[in-house]
Amino acid sequence: MPDEKDSRKIPVDAPKTNGDELRVIGVPRRRVDARAKVTGQTRFADDIFLPRMSHCKLLRSPHPHARIRKIDASRAASHPGVYLVLTGKDVPIQYGILPVSQDEQALCVDRVRHVGDPVAAVIAREELTAFEALDLIDVDYEILTTISDPEEALATPEPRIHEYGEEGNIHKLVALEFGNVEEGFAEADEIFEDTFFFQGNTHLPIEQHASVAIKDPEGKLTIWSSTQTPHYVHRALAKVLEMPAAHIRVIATPNGGGFGGKSDPFNHEIVVAKAALMLDRPVKICLTREEVFYCHRGRHPVLMKFKTGVKKDGAITGMHLQTLIDGGAYGSYGVASTFYAGALQTTTYHIPRYRYQGCRTFTNKPPCGPKRGHGTPQPRFGQEVQLDKIAERLKIDPADLRLRIVESSNAVTANFFRLGTVNLAECIRRVVKVSDWKAKFRKLPEGRGVGLACSAYLTGAGLPIYWNKMPHSGVQLKFDRSGGVSIFCGATEIGQGSDDVLAGIVAEVLGIDTFDIRLFTGDTDLGPVDLGSYSSRVTLMAGNAALQAAERGKTIIAEAVAEKLEVPKERLRFADKRVFDSAAPEKGVTFQEAVCLAEARSGTIGTVGSYTPPKSPALYKGGGVGPSPTYSYSAAVVEVEVNPVTGWVTVPKIWIAHDIGRALNPTLVRGQVEGSVYMGLGEALMEEQEFRRLPKKLSHALVHKFPSILEYKSPTSLDMPEVFTELIEEPDPRGPFGAKEVGQGPLLPIMPAVANAVYDAVGVRIDEIPVTPEKIMKALAEKKAGRDPRYGPTHFPHVNWPEALRVPPPWEGGDGNAVNDAPRRQKSRQEKEKALAP
Amino acid sequence: MTTLPIESQKTAQIRFQLNGEETDVSFASYKTLLEVLREDLGHTGTKHGCELGECGACAVLLDGKPVLSCLVLALECGGRQVLTVEGLGEDGNLHPLQDAFADLGAAQCGYCTPAILVTAKALLDQNPHPTRDQIREAISGNLCRCTGYLQIFEAVEAAVLKIAEQKHTIT
Repeated sequence: MPDEKDSRKIPVDAPKTNGDELRVIGVPRRRVDARAKVTGQTRFADDIFLPRMSHCKLLRSPHPHARIRKIDASRAASHPGVYLVLTGKDVPIQYGILPVSQDEQALCVDRVRHVGDPVAAVIAREELTAFEALDLIDVDYEILTTISDPEEALATPEPRIHEYGEEGNIHKLVALEFGNVEEGFAEADEIFEDTFFFQGNTHLPIEQHASVAIKDPEGKLTIWSSTQTPHYVHRALAKVLEMPAAHIRVIATPNGGGFGGKSDPFNHEIVVAKAALMLDRPVKICLTREEVFYCHRGRHPVLMKFKTGVKKDGAITGMHLQTLIDGGAYGSYGVASTFYAGALQTTTYHIPRYRYQGCRTFTNKPPCGPKRGHGTPQPRFGQEVQLDKIAERLKIDPADLRLRIVESSNAVTANFFRLGTVNLAECIRRVVKVSDWKAKFRKLPEGRGVGLACSAYLTGAGLPIYWNKMPHSGVQLKFDRSGGVSIFCGATEIGQGSDDVLAGIVAEVLGIDTFDIRLFTGDTDLGPVDLGSYSSRVTLMAGNAALQAAERGKTIIAEAVAEKLEVPKERLRFADKRVFDSAAPEKGVTFQEAVCLAEARSGTIGTVGSYTPPKSPALYKGGGVGPSPTYSYSAAVVEVEVNPVTGWVTVPKIWIAHDIGRALNPTLVRGQVEGSVYMGLGEALMEEQEFRRLPKKLSHALVHKFPSILEYKSPTSLDMPEVFTELIEEPDPRGPFGAKEVGQGPLLPIMPAVANAVYDAVGVRIDEIPVTPEKIMKALAEKKAGRDPRYGPTHFPHVNWPEALRVPPPWEGGDGNAVNDAPRRQKSRQEKEKALAP
Repeated sequence: MTTLPIESQKTAQIRFQLNGEETDVSFASYKTLLEVLREDLGHTGTKHGCELGECGACAVLLDGKPVLSCLVLALECGGRQVLTVEGLGEDGNLHPLQDAFADLGAAQCGYCTPAILVTAKALLDQNPHPTRDQIREAISGNLCRCTGYLQIFEAVEAAVLKIAEQKHTIT
């Protein structure tokens, strides 16, 4: 293919090297799947058309909360062109992403819990027929009280949205204390108490969820689906369909954007699988955009209260965080989200004593779940805005304050997370320099301002969702006599470039070109398990697995070549599609010849690699959420212009520095940083998942205000500022070639940096996301009236918190266990980890 | 005789130029150009994100101008020229826009890419040397959730240079 050779960034006839330097890793490259994407040949789930394929549509509840008295589907079933109608009794087994929240049914059996909850499915010859037949299904609903937000949920224990959880409509309560926080406050020179609210928002992938299922010729099930987590879809299908997992093949098609929104097993996947098995013909579903809004699993709305004690020099003496989390109608990842909302506060700055209380309630809205940054952007917003207030009161520059208190590499935090490399200080110094911060902060004319914020994020969750001793990621390599190499791995391409990560690592080790590699990924039959594209885990975990498999292959090949060339194998180098003597580079064989030599010597060449994260020192209950092999760090400076008449915010420039460890493919890394900045800016300024009640004389139902792309505002190309990206590259030995995550972390500092910049520009605090013109105008009016120049929540409701698990931090001699959890202390580490998993 | 479901009643028929090829197609009369391209003609390169004219993912060129194919009835397209991503390259080579998008990270998930490519082509056909602001304006109806648009702008600018170079070489 001449078109690719011409434009590839790796010069194919580069001068031969001695093979010691990196040739693929760190070089800006065309990604392996780029050609498919720019020619429209990437096959997304809805691009699959199969012979005899039928179409599925779901009937969804128009009510936010109701009992299903009766469903009569007989008229729909006899409608011409309809093959099958399914209702809840056909797929009654409960499932969910987390073992502790198996609270969903593919089609609701006796209760609907949010507008959009599916109650029946029609499968027909044509999509339009299926759609028409939905109108012929008669459902008799008994309307129940709607719970619209967490405060209402706390005040309304009955009716319960679910029969499980803590009590009433409280899904999950968390209370953890690391060191005596009250003592910390007593030592403080100043105490800061602030409440913040972060409105929910959604992923809005441009690809609508779609799935195609078939009963294959052997009578087994195959499903293609736009999912980030084929492994968990595999588990859910086996459970609900009561089929052996070995008879189910889940193929994750490339996702047309995921951002966390395709990480749960979904009702529509189960429905088409069931229908395909019953009908013995392919069944497809593609959701409408409105239905995508009902699937949701997006950012939880979170009310939070931060109480932080500081010394005059800025040192934090203690922090107490409370969160009230709006979970929506189902568990989803919510238990993990509740822990995450309190987990990562300690990873950026040294906090010697820390208390976290989190409460997630059920409400009659589409379920919230993991969106880019999962559970952590909301408290990060609060923490970083409060730090801006602290800096102002202490009369310390916000950048300098942060530099004084940043955590250090390899530290163990108060809540027992072991950090990897920490280059947050360098990130701060870099953005301060490139943004000319010192010349701008508090010095720009009225209406213009700059704000700074920082963040950290996991590079993969340290524990799997289902606890077991098996690896989190596996890779198999097949070495072909042609000189080609095939990679088999469960890792799922959602646009982030996971295929390119795998190919880049294997190509680097074996000295070949990424385009000499074929990838078979996201397929539960073809490749070993990778847990999925979530928690920023793929580069480190699948990458390390690929590295191990490639090194093993290299060893087998090197032994054969060493024998042939009569050179010690340690002297061999793999580069430029050759295997050669580093002492005499002209002495060597082509990579293809090398594979043939190895196959002749050792038989068919295939290798495997796998990765399991290191054990975490956090042994307390709940300590399973937050540990990671290593963490990424980011710092951002945002410049804003605020129109004092309209409150309109314009963002001309953003500077961001990201501690990546090593950029495997800098083109893609920059894309992840800029994409995160973009998405963070959308959250900061406009994106919100809002609901409203219909008038009383109608149903008074709680409905989406914006179930369409037109009304759910997201930034367009006209809104995007200039972004200056700085990559801080100190390779972290825990990552493949030193790489850490980049897909989520750079989103996190944007929202607080915007709010801090608005304060610098016009002197009002917007303690609520999104920062809209309306809120700015209200705060400006307060300022003008001489009152508190602020917009945001003013109280945090009473929650009946349980006694906190008390875990002494490492510097108080703690061993990672809670002192007041005696029965648990007796348990073995294995039993503990079982309970740690969210 | 029972009536066929409406979608199976392919009573409408048009002849039009699809990516430069004379094409006949029969389809249910209510269908949009998007549906006919994807479902009746197997051209799945053109994507959809809302079917309501909101996201821009289904853009194609109709007589050289970008349109949202989800809002155009296929019946309106008889005798006209439609260009989709499948028709961008020539002689087995990628169009300079495709090359630049591939090299410079302008396609992440790749879902909005086909529409942005044809929209950018329409811009360059009309204005071979657009400014950054003109590029912004041209693709402002195409939402991309992955890239933050910057690498897309850069790719269009790189393609501008490449196209100019090619023209220079030819003349």
